[in-house]
Amino acid sequence: MLKIALSKGRIFKETLPLLKQAGIEPLDDPETSRKLILDTNRDDVKLVIIRASDVPTYVEYGAADMGVAGKDVLMEYGGQELYELVDLKIACCKLMVAGPVDMPELSRRLRVASKYARVAKQYYASLGQQVEVIKLYGSMELAPLVGLADVIVDVVDTGNTLRANGLEPKEKIADISSRLVVNKASMKMKHQVVKPLLDQIAKAVG
Amino acid sequence: MPNPNHWLLPEGVHEVLPQQAAYLEQLRRQLFDVYRTWGYELVIPPFIEYLDSLLSGTGADLDLQTFKLTDQLTGRLMGVRADITPQVARIDAHQLKRDVPTRLCYLGTVLHTRPDGFARTRSPLQIGAELYGHAGVASDAEILSLMLETLHITQIKQYHIDIGHVGIYRELVQQAQLNAEQERQLFDALQSKAILDIHRLLSTWKVDKQHHDMLAQLAYLNGDLSILDIAREALKSANSKIHHALDDIAALAEHVQNNALHIDLAELRGYSYHTGLVFAAYVPGHGQAIARGGRYDHVGEVFGRARPATGFSADLINLVSFKPQTIERQAIFAPAPTHTEECDKLRQAIQALRAKGRTVICGLPGQVGDAQAMGCQSLLSWDGQDWIVKSLH
Repeated sequence: MLKIALSKGRIFKETLPLLKQAGIEPLDDPETSRKLILDTNRDDVKLVIIRASDVPTYVEYGAADMGVAGKDVLMEYGGQELYELVDLKIACCKLMVAGPVDMPELSRRLRVASKYARVAKQYYASLGQQVEVIKLYGSMELAPLVGLADVIVDVVDTGNTLRANGLEPKEKIADISSRLVVNKASMKMKHQVVKPLLDQIAKAVG
Repeated sequence: MPNPNHWLLPEGVHEVLPQQAAYLEQLRRQLFDVYRTWGYELVIPPFIEYLDSLLSGTGADLDLQTFKLTDQLTGRLMGVRADITPQVARIDAHQLKRDVPTRLCYLGTVLHTRPDGFARTRSPLQIGAELYGHAGVASDAEILSLMLETLHITQIKQYHIDIGHVGIYRELVQQAQLNAEQERQLFDALQSKAILDIHRLLSTWKVDKQHHDMLAQLAYLNGDLSILDIAREALKSANSKIHHALDDIAALAEHVQNNALHIDLAELRGYSYHTGLVFAAYVPGHGQAIARGGRYDHVGEVFGRARPATGFSADLINLVSFKPQTIERQAIFAPAPTHTEECDKLRQAIQALRAKGRTVICGLPGQVGDAQAMGCQSLLSWDGQDWIVKSLH
C-alpha cells in the first residue's frame, strides 16, 4: 500500500496530470467528495488529502509514503528528515518580501509579518539585519496596512493582491515550485514500488 | 495557589511503569546474556563528564544535543551525555589500553536537548556494543550480526537494513577540493536527496565536471544489491579507495537477507564521526532508523590512541514500543498472621518460597484490599498444621 499526501486546490489540480502519466487516477474528486482518503484506479495506491503545511509532517512520520509540497512549505518546515526527490515544476511562484509602495525610513528594527517565520528570520540573518518577526496564519497583506508590521514575507504569484492593497514586491527570497517528497523508510523498504513511480513522474515532468 | 500541573514531566521525558518495566528488564537481561556469550564486556560510563572529553572528535550535532552545566568545583563546563559511544571509545583508548581487539557493551539513559523521533523523546535508553582494534569488514559484520540478533530478541521481525559508506562521500569531497562550509551545505542537500539543490551548489562552486557528476550521482545510487554494479560504472573514474569501499559494502551485504537489504551511498547519518561502513535498521511506517551503527576509526585519537572502531546502538524503549508485551506477575499473598504460633512457620514458608524464586507479597496488619485486590494468583493459608499455597481460581 502506497499513500500519497496532497493538498486541495492548485497543487492537487496540477499534480493530477503527472500522476495520470504515471498510471494513477483518483476515483473521486476531493472538491466534491468529503472523503479524506481517496481510492485510485490502482488498488495499492491511495491519495490522502490534507492541509498543505501538514504534508511534510505526514510524510516525515510515515503516515504517508510520499507527498507533494511547495518549496516554501519545505523551507519553513526545515530539517533533513525527508527525501525531496523531484521538482514537479508546478504551482510556481516566488517567495518575496513585500511592503508599502512608499516606505518611510525607519529608526527602529524592521517588523516583518509572515506565515514563514523561520524563513523570514533566516533571510534577514543572512543579510546581517536584526528584525522582529511576527507569525501570522493568513491575510498577511493586511499587516502593513494596519501598522502591525512594516513588511511581509509571502509567496507572490501575479502580485494582484499586493497591488490591490497598495503593496509592492521588494526583494526575492527564492523561486518556489512543488516538490515530490518521500518518507525515508518508505524509500528504503518499498523501493521496488517507489523507484519506478519516481522515474515515471520525473519523466512526466520532462 | 496550588499548581494543578505538578505531575507534568518535561517535554520528551518519559517514565516506564511496572508492567512495561518488567518486560524491559527481562529483555535487558536476555540482551546482556547474549552479548556476554559473544564476548562483550559490560561497562558503565558516567552520566556526566567534562564537556571537552564528552565532545572530542564528535562534531557539532552532538554539541547541540548536549545539556550543559558548570562544575562548581572547577569552574569547567560539564555535559550530560547525549551519546554513550564516545564515552566507551574513551574508556577503550585511555583506560583499558589493550592491544588486542576489545569488545564492550553498555546500557544507559542519555539526554538530548531537542526531542527527536516519532516518540519525541529526549531521554532515550541507549543500548549498544562496540568493537575496537580491528579495521576490516569482519568486525563490521560481527557488529551488524549482533544488531540483527538484538532486533530478533526484541521481537522485531519486519525490518530493512540500509547499508552505506561515508568514505565514498568523504573521498569525493576531498578530490573536488570543497571547503568545510561547502561540504556541510552539500551534505544537507544530499541528506534530502534534493537533486536540484545539489546541482545548483556544485555549479556555483565551479566543481569540475567529473566530480560534479560523481557527487550528483550519489543521490541516485540507492536500491537493492544491483545498485553496486551501477555505482562501479558511475564512479569508475574515481580512485581505488572508493572501489574498495564498494567492495566492503558488498561483503557486509552478504550478512543481510536480500529481501531486507537496501544500499544507499548518500546515507551519511552520524557523518561527523563515522569513517567507513554505516548501517541502520528501518521498520515500516517509521521514518527514522530504530538502530544504527558503523565504523568510527578516529574518535579514540583525541584520547591518545587511534584505534579502529565499529559499533551499533539503539534506544531500548523505542525498540520495545514496536512489540509491547506485558508480563503478568505471578505472586502469592501471605496474610498478616494473627496467632503467634503461626508466625515462625509463616516466616519459614515465605523464605522457602522466595528461595525457589516465587514472589511472595506480605499482607500488612489492617491493610486495604485482599489477595485478589493485590493482584495475586494464590494465597498462603493455614491448614491447622502448616502454611500451604492455595490457588485463588
